[in-house]
Amino acid sequence: MIWVDALVQGLLLGGLYALFACGLSLMFGVMRIVNLAHGDFAVLAAFLAYSLATATPLGTLGATLLLVPAFAAFGYLVQRGLIQRALTVGPLSTLLATFGLSIVIQNALLQGYSGDTRALNPGSLVSASLHLGGGIDVAYLALITFGLAVAVLAALQLFLKISRTGRMLRAASDDPGAAALVGADARHLYGIAAALAFGTVALAGLMFAMRSSFDPSIGPTRLLYAFEAVVIGGLGSLWGTLIGGMVLGLAQTFGAQYDPAFTLLSGHLVFLAVLAFRPQGLIPARSMS
Amino acid sequence: MNARQDPDTQADDSALLSVRGLTVHHGQLRAVADLDLDIAPGETVAVIGANGAGKSTLLGALAGILRPSAGTIRFAGRDVTGLPAHRRVAEGICLVPEGRRLFPSLTVEENLLTGAYRRRPGPWSVEAVMDLFPWMRERRGQSAARLSGGEQQAVALGRALVGNPRLLLLDEVSLGLAPAVVQRIYALLPALLNGHSPAQGISVLLVEQDVAQALKVADRVHCLLEGRVALSGRPAELTARQVERAYFGPTRPRDSAA
Repeated sequence: MIWVDALVQGLLLGGLYALFACGLSLMFGVMRIVNLAHGDFAVLAAFLAYSLATATPLGTLGATLLLVPAFAAFGYLVQRGLIQRALTVGPLSTLLATFGLSIVIQNALLQGYSGDTRALNPGSLVSASLHLGGGIDVAYLALITFGLAVAVLAALQLFLKISRTGRMLRAASDDPGAAALVGADARHLYGIAAALAFGTVALAGLMFAMRSSFDPSIGPTRLLYAFEAVVIGGLGSLWGTLIGGMVLGLAQTFGAQYDPAFTLLSGHLVFLAVLAFRPQGLIPARSMS
Repeated sequence: MNARQDPDTQADDSALLSVRGLTVHHGQLRAVADLDLDIAPGETVAVIGANGAGKSTLLGALAGILRPSAGTIRFAGRDVTGLPAHRRVAEGICLVPEGRRLFPSLTVEENLLTGAYRRRPGPWSVEAVMDLFPWMRERRGQSAARLSGGEQQAVALGRALVGNPRLLLLDEVSLGLAPAVVQRIYALLPALLNGHSPAQGISVLLVEQDVAQALKVADRVHCLLEGRVALSGRPAELTARQVERAYFGPTRPRDSAA
């Protein structure tokens, strides 16, 4: 039964990884850039939520409702102000610029909050769980996180497929020059993609902070898992990101059953296996041009 | 015949498009040099010339993709010289680019819909384009990457039309297409006037390698040589000898031995 439990926990953990990964996937899919500060923004959101939750009457839920749209707006500004300029210089420049951002955020957090670990208090959800048969307990928090991941991915997919702006986002990612010829300002569209990415990563950071303690330095590891989930699932496919997250989660929970020390290593090994035997990922949605 | 006008000539505001003294550089190379051009509402103007004569550069400047180094472009009485490319559709200038440049990950219908993103009010819509090309209705959900060259050209043309332009720019429509396909596409041009009077119809500026085709459809033709207008006139009034001289320049190509 412990293996069924590992299965369930792994799948649900995949939801959290998918939530981290979808913003990364979106920014890479639309703009062909990897935001090296992706994980650090999640940690920044967690620390800000901590401050808001402890210093104001907002509480964790209020902080979440405030920070997710705030980070989306912040993402639009970071894209238009910083990343766009780096983009015009060249592809490597965005790596450098976001790497610099990552360092700035980590050190600013260290300066502001010290290196002590914090945790977000999700209130009554912290220990409540659903009791399934056979000794399997599923934490409500994990269920909610997974549900949010599916809802966010579905909403993003719908947005890209049906809405006018989503369609132009796809067009601009194909050919920004031709998109300009039909009246699309690629900079504004990229800003929207970044806003979506920052909003989702803030949500991911907050959901993570509710289940686990965090400190200023864990950003890059979050980025790594997000990156692995995207690659395992397949670049360019949002649902692939969910699959990739679940595969990564399963690898970790099964590895943990074998030996807790292997938890993280198992995930990395599966990632390496995918790179070696199926580098296009499980659900390749577009060929790399 | 030198068609350059006096540099003091005011831009002609009765014309829909009025270009004066346009100079566009590609790095050090001056691709368009001090060029003047007018297009009246509802008129079809062809720009011909050898490779490197400056035709596509001219279109690029008109569409806002390339920044002129000097000169002015006035459209419907407004100075649009420095207007960025993505704002020109709202003004009424739509370019069908060289090589079609459809969006490969979008379907036929979605490609047409992108043309409606910043559309101006007018008779053209996705449905109207599909009336013009009935095959698009059956294949509206097909990926644009799987179309033939001629079909892609039709979709690219439809995408520009859906914006309801006042000026349609066509860049090398015949490139890479079979002659029969090219003829069919050019036969459509009168349909663009859509039954309106010429003053309300769409003006067309087309750049073409296929000189015969260009002369057949145009009201007026300009031949570019090294970035300048070397010859202008109505196709009926120009002789083949005149066009050849303007096309190749003062040095005629040697007649090959029979």
